[in-house]
Amino acid sequence: MQKIEAVIQPSKLDAVKDALLEIGIEGMTILEARGHGRQKGHTEFYRGREYTVDLLPKVKIEMVVGDELVEKAVQAILSSARSGKIGDGKIFISKIDDAIRIRNDERGPSAL
Amino acid sequence: MRFRLLRYFLALVLCISAVSAFAQSTPVAAPSTADRLAKLEAQTAQAQSSADNAWMLVSSALVLMMTGPGLALFYGGLVRKKNVLSVMMQSFAMMAIITVMWGIVNYSLAFGPGTSFIGSFHNLFLHGVGLNPDPDYAATIPAQTFMIYQLMFAIITPALITGAFAERMKFSGMAAFLILWSIVVYSPMAHMVWGKGGLLNASLGGRFPCLDFAGGTVVHVTSGVSALVTAIYLGKRIGYPKEPTPPHSVVLSFIGACLLWVGWFGFNAGSALNAGSLATSAFVNTHFAAAAAALSWAAAEWIRNGKPSALGAISGAVAGLVAITPAAGFVTPMSSLIIGFIAGVFCYFMVIKVKAIFGYDDSLDAFGVHGAGGTLGAILTGIFATNAIYPIFKDKNGNPLPSGVVDGNWHQVLNQFIGIALAWVISIVGTLVLLKIVDMTIGLRVSREHEIEGLDITQHGEEGYDHA
Repeated sequence: MQKIEAVIQPSKLDAVKDALLEIGIEGMTILEARGHGRQKGHTEFYRGREYTVDLLPKVKIEMVVGDELVEKAVQAILSSARSGKIGDGKIFISKIDDAIRIRNDERGPSAL
Repeated sequence: MRFRLLRYFLALVLCISAVSAFAQSTPVAAPSTADRLAKLEAQTAQAQSSADNAWMLVSSALVLMMTGPGLALFYGGLVRKKNVLSVMMQSFAMMAIITVMWGIVNYSLAFGPGTSFIGSFHNLFLHGVGLNPDPDYAATIPAQTFMIYQLMFAIITPALITGAFAERMKFSGMAAFLILWSIVVYSPMAHMVWGKGGLLNASLGGRFPCLDFAGGTVVHVTSGVSALVTAIYLGKRIGYPKEPTPPHSVVLSFIGACLLWVGWFGFNAGSALNAGSLATSAFVNTHFAAAAAALSWAAAEWIRNGKPSALGAISGAVAGLVAITPAAGFVTPMSSLIIGFIAGVFCYFMVIKVKAIFGYDDSLDAFGVHGAGGTLGAILTGIFATNAIYPIFKDKNGNPLPSGVVDGNWHQVLNQFIGIALAWVISIVGTLVLLKIVDMTIGLRVSREHEIEGLDITQHGEEGYDHA
């Protein structure tokens, strides 16, 4: 089992979600997030005062998938979330020790 | 079938005419022509009074709507999230507090018979302010309609000041200061410009007739200048101008500004104090100036920053509404466009440049828009006022005399400056003295910790956005 965390542009959420469902990902958690990478922020003006907004709105997708699905999921995200411009986001992958379904104590990959 | 119905109908008509002819032939004591004329006159007066009263009651409600929710939303959106309720509450508190004060003493001080500078205690507790008209102020509406209409102005004026000290003033100190302010600054100024025998009154024989149709000096100069004094006296917000203090919701401000625009029709067109053509003139001028100023502020911003912002457009509209306020019933629609265009650019310059140069923290630009726009509007009124719209000055035979510079009356600009100067002086001196008094007794500014935590929690014990 591995956890995939992808930070993407909010406008790409629907495309990414559809691509993941298509390859058989059954569950995911989506968080509205704010942040920046190398992209940094942008400038806003309110009554002549200049504000640098360095934290931009992002969407973070979290999902835990079986090892066999990881590469397919990564490819699905890459192809659907990429615009080629700065600020497209990042994907992080980490190992997961266990998963437990709260409803019935089920453990391991079958709990996903 | 159709013909039979027609026959029935004709028969019915014949019967009715016969009956009415019979009724007419019955001898009744015919009222004399004089009686009928008197009755007709009374009915005409009653009809006019009802029409005027309907418009004035609607106008009163519109002006109240400018404070809440109009100004409360406009200001509320411009502060940070942690202070939204505190500024809304400051406006709302004026709706409650000033109303009580007005009934007890302030109306009497502003509009009661008195000296050139202030009214008297003659109408204390609204004594003598009944349902019959006061012909000196408005001959066709009940005195209480005039009283409640003027109250709405007395409410919004101190509420405007709250924009200058937003995000750092104690609620208790704010309430005490503005109660005193409404007695010491607003009431005398309203009396001088609009009260019987007031020094600046243009229609009731003032010594220096200053043209102020709906409150350019009384409302906007006094509130704007007092706002500047308060902002300087209180000092800057913690972190200003280094830390960002962006508006937490331009959407709220946008709704507020649009409500202000609509409410301003009551403010300016209602100031005709009747539903006649003068109200139309003020209505049209109000609308034209707001539109022109929205355009000119947004254009100035577009040139400077490369983008026209929503906040800029609505700020411009408010600046135009402020500037047309003293002129609304005196100028032509094309003059209003000019006044609006100038006001939008001028107030933009005051807010963007002048504030930065001097470094005062007028948080929501109460001075930059109301003080500056009101002063500008009062001067321009002296230039663009024409007796073709409202012949306010008349000679002994009732012939209209020139109003402003466009009519050839250059002297009026001097009178406007006298009115403006008096408004500035009374606002600066009155505000400074009152701030000092409240500062030494109740205190004005919240503690550093409270300011950082936010006024909603520390002053009111609640949050604007507690989405549980």
